[in-house]
Amino acid sequence: MDLLEFAKGPALQVAAYILVAGSIWRLVGIVLLKEKPDYSEPRQSAGLLAALKVIYTRSFTAAPFKAATLYPKMLAYVMHIGLFAVVFLFVPHIMFFEGFLGIEWPGLPNNIIYLLGVAAVVASFALLVRRLTSPVLKLISNFDDYFSWFATVLPLITGLMIPVRMGLRYETILAIHILSVALLMIWLPFGKLGHTFLVFVTRGTTGMVFERRGAKT
Amino acid sequence: MTTVDGRHELDREAERLAYKPPEIRHDKQGDMDSDERINKAMHNFVKNFNTQTASYLDGCLHCGMCADACHFHVRTDDPRYTPIWKIELFKRTYKRQVGPFAFFYRLLGLKRQVTIEDLEEWQHLLYDSCTVCGRCSLVCPMGIDIAGLVSMARHGMFKAGLVPHELHEVAKKSAETGSPLGITPDKFEDRADWMADEHDVEIPMDVDQADVLAVMSSIEIQKYPQSIAATAKILNAAGESWTFRTDGFEATNFGMLSGNPEWQKAASLKLIDAAVKIGAKTLVLPECGHAYMALRWMGANMYGKPLPFKVMHISEYLADALNTGKIKVKKVDKSITYHDPCQVSRRGGATQAARDVLNHLTGDFREMPLGGDYNWCCGGGGGVVTIKRADPLRHRVFKLKMDQVEQTEADELVSSCANCRQSFDDSQQHFGWDYTMGSLMEMVAENLEEDGS
Repeated sequence: MDLLEFAKGPALQVAAYILVAGSIWRLVGIVLLKEKPDYSEPRQSAGLLAALKVIYTRSFTAAPFKAATLYPKMLAYVMHIGLFAVVFLFVPHIMFFEGFLGIEWPGLPNNIIYLLGVAAVVASFALLVRRLTSPVLKLISNFDDYFSWFATVLPLITGLMIPVRMGLRYETILAIHILSVALLMIWLPFGKLGHTFLVFVTRGTTGMVFERRGAKT
Repeated sequence: MTTVDGRHELDREAERLAYKPPEIRHDKQGDMDSDERINKAMHNFVKNFNTQTASYLDGCLHCGMCADACHFHVRTDDPRYTPIWKIELFKRTYKRQVGPFAFFYRLLGLKRQVTIEDLEEWQHLLYDSCTVCGRCSLVCPMGIDIAGLVSMARHGMFKAGLVPHELHEVAKKSAETGSPLGITPDKFEDRADWMADEHDVEIPMDVDQADVLAVMSSIEIQKYPQSIAATAKILNAAGESWTFRTDGFEATNFGMLSGNPEWQKAASLKLIDAAVKIGAKTLVLPECGHAYMALRWMGANMYGKPLPFKVMHISEYLADALNTGKIKVKKVDKSITYHDPCQVSRRGGATQAARDVLNHLTGDFREMPLGGDYNWCCGGGGGVVTIKRADPLRHRVFKLKMDQVEQTEADELVSSCANCRQSFDDSQQHFGWDYTMGSLMEMVAENLEEDGS
């Protein structure tokens, strides 16, 4: 078994198992905690719709905070949009997903994907510089923040290296890329990258609790 | 124009250079050893964990944006005042001991165990420098209610005997005497009688059956007793069947502010029992922000079932009475601005009520820049105003409030929280500021139309 076969086969398979099992374990560990009923008289009804509302609205910054958070928010948008496009709208990736999902969807031209990928990497480095220089971020950051950054940026960089090759064989650089993706999949459920799914829980519960009061969400 | 009275140097321009950090003082209650304090702190923090709080502690991205929403950080640039950092010890403990991957965190040594020195240091962050105003919760991209977590962390701190001395004393007095200022039922009755004579208003006391139970805060009874008369004038004008009760008159809840759920529950049950006893349909809370949170949103949960009566903040009652024509007011020929109590507006959802009242009172209501739900806190909420050592910090953050008020150029400044009012009065005296905080309810009472009932 060569490196590419290992990456495409057992490495990716184990990573996928860890991703799914770890995510379920983390979510179940949180969702199954005991809930006390809220007996207060609601000002307004607030069920799933309230949760969905805040899941959507918290994607945008409230006007009073826009000026103060503009720079990191813009970087975060570029990083997330770039990452999403690269993962889900790059034609070879769509073909990969089609292999086991059985469905396909339209992708973006490769040049646009490369552009978005580069933008995501640049934004990620800018966010890292901010984390290393801002007094607030320096204080509150820990291993999780830096390793999660590394695990996210690495597949982007190795992916962008594939067309460039940099003197490496195509098979070798592709294997390195797939292994970096496996690392991301393995780490995702454990650290702060879990916000990929936790964001729905945190925003959703806040939506339900505060909308019930008629309070600002 | 403002006039500086010369008693205190006005250092509003040279602010950051002139800032004096609060004195370091770690107060302790009881004679527990360090390990016991740590265990109690952590156990009582995680005791009432649910999906909401666990997801909050697990979901933080460490983006630091909450710092930009916190008045303590904005006014000092001290990174320790970043809201999420204030619960760092508890977040760490959750991940190390309770979270879904606690085993791995312990195995790999990724989360250091909390020490007593850590907890002592955090006393300042959890009490002196957080008013539980919840402004940070509105900026968080994950929607984490950091203020709610601070309240839970205070549960741990209280049980560990690590509460700032003054706040603990006030809470203890409240638990022992029923009032944080030691107002006994007799004293309350005396003051109500005095106000009835002084303002020539009938004040029903200890009526057996009534539709409305009105309650007061000790701050009002002691410092702003005219509030008692104002409440009576309004409820009389509205033609309510109402009463004060000596067995349930204190609305403040220092058990909640200090972090003792048992004291919180006892204070809430006193009011609930009094309302049930007289068959009240409505309990009207006074101008007090945290009292609204304690009874309107947490009271039924303390009771263990839905309350058999409606709970209204006085501003909600006034809005309802004015909107339905139960009472009428003369318009005042002045511009008015309004300071939103955080627990009533931002966290309580009654933001519109005061605005409805003000639109009846004046044709020139002036919203503060960043008013309403995004309002800056007075700096004294969450029990901070009681903590003497926090005064320099509290005065410092009050600058934001002064700027907000002054930008409106309004003739009058009112609010609907006696705790905010107290905080404003103190800072006004400190700075020699010429804006005096008034009461929305008192303004309504002063301008009631005789034929309004």
